[in-house]
Amino acid sequence: MEGKKTILRQSVGMLLAFTILLGGVYTLAMTGLTQMLFPRQANGSLIYAGDGSRICGSEYLAQPFEAKNHLWGRVMNVSGDALRDKDGSPLLYGGPSNLSPAGEDFGKMMAENVAKIRAAHPEMKDAPIPVDLVTSSGSGLDPEISLAAAEYQVPRLARETGRSQAEVREIIGKCTSGRLLGIFGEPRVNVLKVNLMLDEQLSK
Amino acid sequence: MQAMLQYAGYLILLLVLAYPLGKYIDNVMRGRWVWLSPVIRPVERFLYRLTGVNEREEMTWKKYLGCALLFNFCGFALLFALLMLQGRLPLNPMELSGLEWPLAFNTAVSFVTNTNWQAYSGELQLSYISQMFGLTVQNFVSAGTGMAVLYALIRGFVRTYDDTIGNFWTDLTKSVGYVLVPLAVVVTLLIGSQGVVQNFEDYTTYNLSETVVTEYGTAISKGVVPGGPAASQIAIKQLGTNGGGFFGTNSAHPLENPTPFSNLVEMLSILLIPAALCFSFGNAVGSRRQGVTIFAAMFALLVLGMGIIGFSEQAGTAQLAQNGAVLLEAGDMQPGGNMEGKETRFGIASSAAWAEFTTAASNGSVNSMHDSYTPIGGLITMLNMQLGEVVFGGVGCGLYGMLCFAILTVFIAGLMVGRTPEFMGKKIEPYEMKMAVLACLATPVAILAGSGIASMLPEVAESMNNHGAHGLSELLYAYSSCGGNNGSAFAGFGADTVFLNVSLGIVMLLARFLPIVAVVAIAGSLAGKKKLAVTEGTLPTDNVMFAGLLIAIVLLVGALSFFPALSLGPIAEFLQ
Repeated sequence: MEGKKTILRQSVGMLLAFTILLGGVYTLAMTGLTQMLFPRQANGSLIYAGDGSRICGSEYLAQPFEAKNHLWGRVMNVSGDALRDKDGSPLLYGGPSNLSPAGEDFGKMMAENVAKIRAAHPEMKDAPIPVDLVTSSGSGLDPEISLAAAEYQVPRLARETGRSQAEVREIIGKCTSGRLLGIFGEPRVNVLKVNLMLDEQLSK
Repeated sequence: MQAMLQYAGYLILLLVLAYPLGKYIDNVMRGRWVWLSPVIRPVERFLYRLTGVNEREEMTWKKYLGCALLFNFCGFALLFALLMLQGRLPLNPMELSGLEWPLAFNTAVSFVTNTNWQAYSGELQLSYISQMFGLTVQNFVSAGTGMAVLYALIRGFVRTYDDTIGNFWTDLTKSVGYVLVPLAVVVTLLIGSQGVVQNFEDYTTYNLSETVVTEYGTAISKGVVPGGPAASQIAIKQLGTNGGGFFGTNSAHPLENPTPFSNLVEMLSILLIPAALCFSFGNAVGSRRQGVTIFAAMFALLVLGMGIIGFSEQAGTAQLAQNGAVLLEAGDMQPGGNMEGKETRFGIASSAAWAEFTTAASNGSVNSMHDSYTPIGGLITMLNMQLGEVVFGGVGCGLYGMLCFAILTVFIAGLMVGRTPEFMGKKIEPYEMKMAVLACLATPVAILAGSGIASMLPEVAESMNNHGAHGLSELLYAYSSCGGNNGSAFAGFGADTVFLNVSLGIVMLLARFLPIVAVVAIAGSLAGKKKLAVTEGTLPTDNVMFAGLLIAIVLLVGALSFFPALSLGPIAEFLQ
C-alpha cells in the first residue's frame, strides 16, 4: 500500500513540475527569445501599406481577390462563421475543400473553375490552365501561386491596369521567391504583395 | 528530375542527422556525462529532490509499468480538467468556452497517447492556457514515455539474471530533459525565424482590399491574423511524433509552416528521433549491425511508400486534367500534379514526402490534406498506419513495436527451420510470444473492431464529406489513424460527435497502452534470462536476409488484416 501511495505522489509531483517547466518556463523563454530575435516574424509577418501605419494583412495569409485588375490566387473556400471580432463582425477565414480528386463533386467544381478562368482570360485562348489556379490549397489560406499561374494572368492584368506586360512582369518578379538552395520547395509568387504593388500601396 | 533531387535530399539529410543523434541518445539514457550535462544536470537533480525520486532505485517490471501508467493517467486527468474549464481560466483572449465532455475526453486521450488526433480546431476552440500547459506538456511527456519504455525493453535484452529493468522516472526525465527540450529549442528558433508566430497577443484584424460575400450572403470586409505561442508547440509536436497542430489545418497553415526552410526543418524533425533510436538501440545492445539492420528494414519500406505516393500525386486524376484544359505537367514554372489540398510553396514533392514521413512515423501532422489525395496516394498513407506504425513509428514506440515484430519473425523463421527461436541471445518462449502478439495485434484489432462497429451506425454516415467509396475511406482512415496513434485525418470527416469522440478515444487507449503493458512485461521476463552463446544453430538477425524477413512479416500481418477493408475504400475508388 505504501508503495502505491509513493508512486501516486511521485506521479503528481513529476506532472506538476513538468507542467511548470515545459508549459510555463519553456513556452515563455521561447516567446522572449523569438520576440527579441525575430519580432516581425513572431507577430504574424504583417504588411503595412500607405504611410506605413495601415495593416493590410499578413505576408503569409491569403486574401480573396476577384477584381479584374488584381492577381488571383488559389481558389478560396471562404468562411465568415469561424471567427468574429469584438463588435461581432465576421472575420475572413479559409479552409480546405477536403474533396477527393477522383470524385464527381470535385470534377464538377473543376469544370466550373476552368470555365471561370477561361472567361476572364480571352487572350490565353485554349492554353491549358496551371493546376494551382483552379484548385484550393491545403490550408485554404495559401498566400502564393506558381510562376505559371501568375504568367497566365499577365495579359489580363496589363489590359485592366493600363500597364505594359513588361511592367506587370517586373512587379511579379519582385514578389517571387525561389527554391531553398535550389532544391527544396517550389518557386512561387506572393499574391497580396503583387496586388499592393499594382494598387501602388506598397513601393516596388 | 528536380523532384528526385528533393526526395533524395530529404533522405540524405535525415540519415546524416540521425546517426550522431542516436549515439548521443544512448549516452544520455545510460546516464553518461554528455556535453549538455553541465546545464541540465542541476535541474535534473533539483527535480528528483523536489518529487522525492531516488535516482539510483532499480524497478521491477511491475513497478516500472505502474509508474508509467499512473503518470499517464494523472496527465490525462489534468488535461481533461483544463480543457473543460478553459472558459474560466486566464490567457483566453478570444473568450473561448470550455469543451464539452466528449470532445475534452477525446482530446485528452489523444495527447496522452501521443496520437494528437484533433476533433477540434486549435485557433477556433482552444485558449492559450490549454495549448501551453495542456497540450505542449503532453507532447513532451508522451514522447518521453515512449523512449523510456523502449529503454526498458533494451535493458531486458542486455541484462541477465536480473529482476529489474531501470527507473521510469529517470528514463522519462532524461529523455525529456536531454533530448526533447534541447532539440525543441533549436527547432523553435529555426522555424520562428521563418514566420511561425510566437506571442500572447490578441488576434490582429485588418480591412480587406476587396470585400467578399460568402455563399450564405454574409459580406466580409475584415481579415484576421491569428496569434499565440505556436512555434514552441510546433517544434515539439514535430519532434515528439505528436502531430497536433496549433492551427486547425496543421502544418499546411502558412503561420505554422510558412516557407520551404521551415518545411525542411519540420519534416526532418518528424523522423529524426525515431530514426536515431535505431542507432541508439544498436549501440545499447553492443551490436551496431543489429541497429543498422532494423534501420534498413524501416528505410526500405519508407522509400517504397514515398515513391508510390509521389508518383500517384504527380500523375493526378482525370477530374483534375479536365480533358487537357488543366496543365498537370511538372516544369520550372509550376509543380503540376494533384494540387488540390496542397500548398504552392510545397508543391508535389515536399507534400508527398511529408505525407509518407508523417504516416510512417506516428506523427500525424500534415502539410497537405490527405483527404484530397489520389486514391492510391491515400491508400499508402492509410496502410502505413495500419502496419502498426513500425516504419520508424512514434518516438520509442515505433522501435519497440518493430522489435515485437522481430520477435515474431525469429519465431516464425525458427518454426520453418526447426530451431529454438532466440533474439539478441535471449531465448524466446511462449510467454514472450504471447506478449509480442498482443503488442502486434492491438492496433489491427482496435482499428477493425472500431471501424466495423462505426460503419454499421447510420448516424456516422453524416460525418462523411465525400460520397461512396471515399466516404468509407474517411471512416477507415479515422480509425486507422487513432489505432496507429497517428492523429492525421481525412479531414473532411466531421469527428466531433459523441459516438466518434468516445469510440476513437477508446481505440487510441487500447492501441497505446496494450503494447506498453506487453513490452514492459517482455522486458521483465527477458532480463531474468541467461544470455545464450552464439552457435552454428543461431539464426543471425543482423543481415540482409533478416531485414527482408522482417519486412515480409510486417507486410503480411498488415496486408492480411486490412486487404478486405482497403478494397472497399481506396481500391474501389481507384477502380471506378
